[in-house]
Amino acid sequence: MDQTTHRSAAVRDGLGVGLAVGLSGLAFGAAAVTAGLTVPQACVLSLLAFTGASQFALTGAVGAGGDLVAASLGALLLGGRNTLYGLRLADLLRVRGPRRLLAAQGVIDETTAVALAQPTPEAARTGFVTTFAGLYVTWNLTTLAGAFGTSSLGDPAMLGLDVVGPAAFLAILWPRLTGSAELRGLAAAAAVIALCATPFFPPGVPVLLSAVAVLVVMVR
Amino acid sequence: MTTLWWAIAAVCAGCYALKLAGLAAPRQVLDHPSVRRFAELVPVALLGALIAVQVFTEEGGLSVDPARTAGLGAAVVALLLRAPFLVVLAAAAAVTALVRIFLG
Repeated sequence: MDQTTHRSAAVRDGLGVGLAVGLSGLAFGAAAVTAGLTVPQACVLSLLAFTGASQFALTGAVGAGGDLVAASLGALLLGGRNTLYGLRLADLLRVRGPRRLLAAQGVIDETTAVALAQPTPEAARTGFVTTFAGLYVTWNLTTLAGAFGTSSLGDPAMLGLDVVGPAAFLAILWPRLTGSAELRGLAAAAAVIALCATPFFPPGVPVLLSAVAVLVVMVR
Repeated sequence: MTTLWWAIAAVCAGCYALKLAGLAAPRQVLDHPSVRRFAELVPVALLGALIAVQVFTEEGGLSVDPARTAGLGAAVVALLLRAPFLVVLAAAAAVTALVRIFLG
């Protein structure tokens, strides 16, 4: 009985988070097209990369006319936190073979948060699967809608859509900033490094250079 | 345009590989405390840098665009009021658009 209650609570958590967060695909689709990506390019990123911060990072650098290698490296560095989530989830999910290949695509911020919040391993698996399914479907449909809608509008800058990317980054970052003075200092230092480097390097590179601030914090 | 497709393909393949690596890796390899700490700190630095660059630079130089700055300020206010994610983005875009209309 308890088992069923845990699992249906996990389904509720998963679908709620999946649908709510998935809606922000609208913002990604809009930001991608504003940055100069085509509708298919925005959709391929959501289908295959399927990790919001990296997608926003790549399109943001493309929009700035940036160096594509640096832009891609920045997106991949951001995607590195999913590796950590995978390590945490491996014991809970216990997936092997083809199912592991499928589950891997779902290893992101939201699915990890929901899975780790569940009281039992069964509920964690249920939470992971429902969050992944709900978020994947919504994120891809809303990406298409956002990209298509924006490409049929006139000038995206007039609608303020160029600020959607930075606002999304800030919203992702916010919980970490409110919790720790060290992280606030790190984010501010990284911002200063990137701004100081901007006149001297092609777009995309200053963001990578900001990672130096991490080494300083770690050595300290 | 074709180069952009290559970058997209690289990011898609790389992001998937990073996810799979976590699920498939032998524990000891990546579960070292300093690796873990590095991986927790890197996104914070990168996100901070991305916000600064996308709001306060233009065509390789520093620039303060009043509309984008106001939009980011609106996002901060929305976050302080604990607004949901989409409301934060909508507030930022709406304020940026309004400032552009008023400043012509």
